[in-house]
Amino acid sequence: MATDNNNIINEVTNSEYKYGFVTDIEMDQAPMGLSEDTVRFISAKKNEPEFMLEFRLKAYRKWLEMEEPTWAHLHHPPINYQDIIFYAAPKPKKELASLDEVDPQLIETFNKLGISLEEQKKLSGVAVDAVIDSVSVKTTFTETLSKYGIIFCSFSEAVQNHPDLIKKYMGSVVPYSDNYFATLNSAVFSDGSFCFIPKGVRCPIELSTYFRINAANTGQFERTLIIAEEGAYVSYMEGCTAPQRDENQLHAAIVEIVALQDAEVKYSTVQNWYPGNKKGEGGIYNFVTKRGICKGSNSKISWTQVETGSAITWKYPSVILLGDNSVGEFYSVAVTNNYQQADTGSKMIHLGKNTKSTIISKGISAGFSENSYRGLVKISKNATNSRNYSQCDSLLMGDKCGAHTWPYIRTENSSSIVEHEATTSKISEDQLFYCQQRGISTESAIGLIVNGYAKEVLNKLPMEFAVEAQKLLSISLEGSVG
Amino acid sequence: MLLSIKNLHASINGKEILKGVNLEVNKGEVHAIMGPNGTGKSTLASVIAGRDVFDVTEGSVLYKGKNLLALPVEARASEGIFLGFQYPVEIPGVSMTNFMRTAVNEQRKYKGLDPLPAGEFLRLMEEKKKMVEITAKLANRSVNEGFSGGEKKKNEIFQMAMLEPTLSILDETDSGLDIDALRIVANGVNKLRSPENATVVITHYQRLLDYIVPDFVHVLFEGKIVKSGGKELALELEEKGYEWIKDAVI
Ligand SMILES: Nc1ncnc2c1ncn2[C@@H]1O[C@H](COP(=O)(O)OP(=O)(O)OP(=O)(O)O)[C@@H](O)[C@H]1O
Ligand SMILES: [Mg+2]
Repeated sequence: MATDNNNIINEVTNSEYKYGFVTDIEMDQAPMGLSEDTVRFISAKKNEPEFMLEFRLKAYRKWLEMEEPTWAHLHHPPINYQDIIFYAAPKPKKELASLDEVDPQLIETFNKLGISLEEQKKLSGVAVDAVIDSVSVKTTFTETLSKYGIIFCSFSEAVQNHPDLIKKYMGSVVPYSDNYFATLNSAVFSDGSFCFIPKGVRCPIELSTYFRINAANTGQFERTLIIAEEGAYVSYMEGCTAPQRDENQLHAAIVEIVALQDAEVKYSTVQNWYPGNKKGEGGIYNFVTKRGICKGSNSKISWTQVETGSAITWKYPSVILLGDNSVGEFYSVAVTNNYQQADTGSKMIHLGKNTKSTIISKGISAGFSENSYRGLVKISKNATNSRNYSQCDSLLMGDKCGAHTWPYIRTENSSSIVEHEATTSKISEDQLFYCQQRGISTESAIGLIVNGYAKEVLNKLPMEFAVEAQKLLSISLEGSVG
Repeated sequence: MLLSIKNLHASINGKEILKGVNLEVNKGEVHAIMGPNGTGKSTLASVIAGRDVFDVTEGSVLYKGKNLLALPVEARASEGIFLGFQYPVEIPGVSMTNFMRTAVNEQRKYKGLDPLPAGEFLRLMEEKKKMVEITAKLANRSVNEGFSGGEKKKNEIFQMAMLEPTLSILDETDSGLDIDALRIVANGVNKLRSPENATVVITHYQRLLDYIVPDFVHVLFEGKIVKSGGKELALELEEKGYEWIKDAVI
C-alpha cells in the first residue's frame, strides 16, 4: 500500500504553524497606501537628514515607472500597494536604558518564542538587536562592541549618528533602482540593522537580529547594511518567526554587505515567517534582495540560509566577486510545505581574477508546495582562472509537490571552470521503514532523514543557530501521526 | 509462546506471496528458515515487522499473546521485534551514533523510561561495538552509507546488540560475509541468546548453522512452510537441494 505511505507523509507534513500568536502593542503608523506623502511621512517620523529623504523620493519616483516582475515560478493574487500600511512603530513610552524599561508584553513575546533577551545576554554572549515592527527596540552589548570600534545599531540610529558611512555605502551594492522590490524598499524602508567592523578587527561575538512582523496589514521593509573594512571579520545571524495572520503580509527587505580587502563576512539566516495555513491562506510574501560585494582582494562573503517560512519566498542572496582571489559562498536549505512557494537561489558574479564561488542548495518540498532553485553564475572576461561549483539537490516528500532547477551559467573566458550538479530524490519508503523498525516514529524518522539530507548546509551555521535550525526543519515537516 | 503465526496470507499489489504460513516460536529457541529464492522468506520477515506495502489478507499473528498485526511498525520494534535486513538501507547524513541514540531513546519512551544520559549511551555503544568487533570509524559514519556488504551485515548485528530485542529475525545476515566476519556475527548472536529471547535466522547456507545451532529448521516453499525438522534437515537440504521437497509437495 504505497498510498498509505503517502498518507503518512501527508499527515506528517500537515502540521500547523507553531509560533502563531499576536502581541497587542500600541501602534504609531502611517496612513494606508503609498504616495509621496507616505514617503515624506516616514522620513519625517524618523527625523531623517535631507539626503535620506532625497534617496527615498528618488526611489519612489523610479518605482512608479517599474513593473512587478513575473519571471519567477510563483503565483499569487496581485498585491494592492494602496492597501498596505507602510510604516508602524511601537510607541516608545520613554528612552530605553535597560531591559526593565522594555514593554513587558514585548518581553513576553520574546519569551514565547524562546528568545529571552536576558537569557541571550547572560548565557549566549550574543548581542541582540531586536526589531519589532520595524523599529529597533533594544540593542545590547553595544558597549562591549564599541571598545573594538564596532558599530552595531539600528539603521535609523546609524542614519542619525553615522551619516557619512550611510551616505558612502547605502545603495552601493543594491542601487535604489535595482529591482521592483528593492526600489520599493528604498522608498519606504522602516528600519533594520547597521554593522560596521573597522579595519583589522575580528568581531568577538556572533551578531544577531531577530525580526518579527507584528501589526496587522503592516508591510515590513527592513534594510540592513554590513561593512567589514580591511582585514575585518564578522559573523552575522538573522532569524525570525512571525505571528499567525489571515491577510497576506508583504515583506521586501534589503541586505547589503561590503567586504574590503582581506575581510570576511558570514551571514546566516533562519527564516520562519508565517507560511499560511494548510489551505494556503495567509502567510508572508517575502521578496528579499540580499547582495554582497567582495570589493577588495582576498575577501570572502558567505550566505547560509535555512528557509522554512513564508507563503512566498523570492530571494537570491548574491555575491559580486570584484577583488582578485575573493570567495563567495551560498549554502541553503529551503523547505516548502502545504501551499508554500519558494523561488530561491544565488547569483555569483565573477569579475576579479582567481575568484571562487560555491553554491550548495538543498530544497525540500512537501504537500502541494513548489520549490525552485534559480541561480546565475557569471564569469566575466577578466575573471581568469575562476571557479564555481554548484550543487542543487531536491528532496520530494509525497507526489503532489514540485521541485524545479534553473541554473544559468555564463562564462566569458576559457581559463575558468564551472561545475554544476543536480539531484532529485524522494524520502524512500525503505528509509522510513528501516527507521521505524528500530522503534523510531514516523515523525522523528522524517526529522532524522531531512536533517541528514541538509547536514552539509546546517554544518555551516553557527552553533547557536544550528540547533534551532534542526528543530525548525523537523517542526515545519512534522504533524500529528497516530 | 512468544510468536504464533496461523494460516498467514499476505499479498503485494494483489499478488499473493504468503499462502498460509504456520509457525510457532518459543522463548529460548532458535529457528532457521530456508527455501529457494523468491519463495517469501523476506516477505514473512517484513510482515512480522509490519511493513505496510504488504496486505495481510488472512490469518493471525500473536506475539506475547497479543495481536501483533494491530500494532504499528515502531511499536512492534519497541515490543522487542528486531529485523536484521537482507538489504540494509543507507541514510545519508545521519550518523550511526545519532541514529542509535534516537532509536534507543524512542524505545525507552515507549516503555515510559527517561532518555539514556549521553555518557551512559556512549558507554553502551562502546561495549556493543566491541562485541561485534566494529571499528570506531564505522560508528561515526552515516548509517550504512558507503559500507561494504559485510560491514552492513555486521552493523545490523551491532544494532541488534544495542536494542536487545526479544525476537530477532535475521534475514540472510550471513550472505556476503567472509569467514572471520561470519564467526564474529555468529558469536554476537550467540552472546545475545538467552532463555528470554528467540532468534529466527533466514539463510541459504548450512554453514551458518554450524555456528548458530538451530532447534528447528523450516523450509518455506511457494509461500508455505512445507517441511520442518531438527538441525539435520539443514544438512539434508545442503546435500539434496530443494528438488526432492518440491517433488514431495507437488
Ligand atoms: N515490493 C515488491 N513488489 C512486487 N513483488 C515483490 C515485492 N517484494 C517481494 N516481491 C515478490 O515476492 C516474492 C517473494 O519475495 P521475497 O523477497 O520474500 O523472497 P525470498 O524468499 O526472501 O527470496 P531470496 O532468497 O531471494 O531473498 C518474489 O517473487 C518477489 O518478486
Ligand atoms: Mg529474501
